[in-house]
Amino acid sequence: MTAGVAGLSVVDLREVALGLGDDCLVLSHRLAEWTTHAPELEEEMALANLALDLLGQARSLLTLAGEADGRDEDQLAYWRDDRDFRNLLLLEQPNGDFAVTMTRQVLFSTFQELLYRGMAAGTEPRLAAIAAKGVMEARYHVEHARLWVQRLGRGTEESHRRMGQALDLLWPYTQELFKPTESWSRAADQGAVPPLSSIEEPWRHSIESLMVDSGLEIPGFPAWQSGGRLGRHSEHLGHLLAEMQHLHRSHPNASW
Amino acid sequence: MPPTNSDESRDLAFQEAIDADRTVEPRDWMPERYRSTMVRQIAQHAHSEIIGMQPEGNWITRAPSLRRKAILLAKVQDEAGHGLYLYAAAETLGVGRGELTELLITGRQKYSSIFNYPTLTWADVGAIGWLVDGAAITNQLALTKTSYGPYARAMVRICREESFHQRQGFELLAELSRGTRAQHEMAQDAVNRWWWPALMMFGPPDSESPNTAQSMAWKIKRVSNDDLRQRFVDMTVPQSRALGLDLPDSQLRWNEARGHYDFGPIDWEEFRQVVGGHGACNAQRIAVRRAADEGGAWVREAARAWEVRQQSRTSAA
Ligand SMILES: [Fe+2]
Ligand SMILES: [Fe+2]
Repeated sequence: MTAGVAGLSVVDLREVALGLGDDCLVLSHRLAEWTTHAPELEEEMALANLALDLLGQARSLLTLAGEADGRDEDQLAYWRDDRDFRNLLLLEQPNGDFAVTMTRQVLFSTFQELLYRGMAAGTEPRLAAIAAKGVMEARYHVEHARLWVQRLGRGTEESHRRMGQALDLLWPYTQELFKPTESWSRAADQGAVPPLSSIEEPWRHSIESLMVDSGLEIPGFPAWQSGGRLGRHSEHLGHLLAEMQHLHRSHPNASW
Repeated sequence: MPPTNSDESRDLAFQEAIDADRTVEPRDWMPERYRSTMVRQIAQHAHSEIIGMQPEGNWITRAPSLRRKAILLAKVQDEAGHGLYLYAAAETLGVGRGELTELLITGRQKYSSIFNYPTLTWADVGAIGWLVDGAAITNQLALTKTSYGPYARAMVRICREESFHQRQGFELLAELSRGTRAQHEMAQDAVNRWWWPALMMFGPPDSESPNTAQSMAWKIKRVSNDDLRQRFVDMTVPQSRALGLDLPDSQLRWNEARGHYDFGPIDWEEFRQVVGGHGACNAQRIAVRRAADEGGAWVREAARAWEVRQQSRTSAA
């Protein structure tokens, strides 16, 4: 398919929207798990804000993804099994401690902001509209997470140690961010989304300078985990979905 | 208030100001017992907002639609905000949030006993919104005219949000009540379990409420427990009919002569047991709050250390 001839195919639009929507849904779930467990009340509010923003984005993206075959956001969220989820592995990783949660957030939100910036200027109007709204939210998420990474990186000996462990734990999942699926590559050719290779450099630059500011080192080992975009997940996702979906599935014909 | 020398005339002047409906502000002189009563009441209220996040927070990850999940998440977040305003109001009386949290997790201060009941099904989220937030509004509307300024102003702000919560709870139950048979039963079961505890939220009957007289004189409390309870019953009964759900009280009926609904006797022994620490979730609620506080200590410490370093860096520059 070439640019301008057929536009973005329905299948590619659905795959792109599904991947991004699942990212938001799964990370929102993880953040919501912090409710009543946050280290201070201000953070209780902030984590809920992040979770709410991402849930809103998930709803818009899943609604768009389901349009072609007449499935709504709830059918997509509640009636797919883990092999059909398309989110990044990074986002389904358990919360761990607050250092792990904020590290995951900065790695993802930095990526999401860059991605949305490209998509907001893209050729697919509905994706562009979702991205234009989402980019402002992502900007705030980046700022919030960066501030915590700096505080924890340079706070106390303990917080510094925990940040180092968090980075080691999550770094293996970062390469997957920049691995396009076939649908993504075609959507990028159409100008609907940015090529992932175009945001890898700015992402790396942003993360590296943050780590320098925070007195932390990026692990030397390679980041080799991937498979989430193709439905090959970690063991964690099945449990997350079991919890998220059980009530809805227990009442198949109910509306809520 | 004019400064005077003797305690007695200060007390008198304070009472006169209260009688003239002037609000008490943080810098005003106030009797020590007024201050301590106010601190205790605001702190208990703040703790209730924060502990109250737990029973509903229990259902966020399992909410049966994404729309309901967003509403619930936003609601629980509002409650954290209410806790924050109230701790800030307590701070105007010279007690910090950390100190009050310590009193809570060591069991030396209380929170509303309603939150010691478990949320067993999704319908409990609706019942809490409708009945518990409904009872809270009844209480808090009266408190918007309480004599301590910062507390009264916090109540105005909080009441606005609570009325959203109540409406959302009502809508959630309405959807269940007219839904499938299993959904309707779930809603009825939740109302059966939450009705009586909601009535207990207004506290013991006036005849057994020792603090009421002084609190009324100081206008900390503006309406008595029994009067508030009656207002709540009168407001809620017609709403239950609109929902198509029964309230679990065979003695509930309109009394033409009184112009109010009569209702059956409340099991005050249950109330005493739960207040006394023997409810289903007392230990669990405190354990969760304590674990969050202790588990977050290293984060707060790191933030403080970082702050100190930032300040010394800017002052050195
Ligand atoms: Fe509240
Ligand atoms: Fe509320």
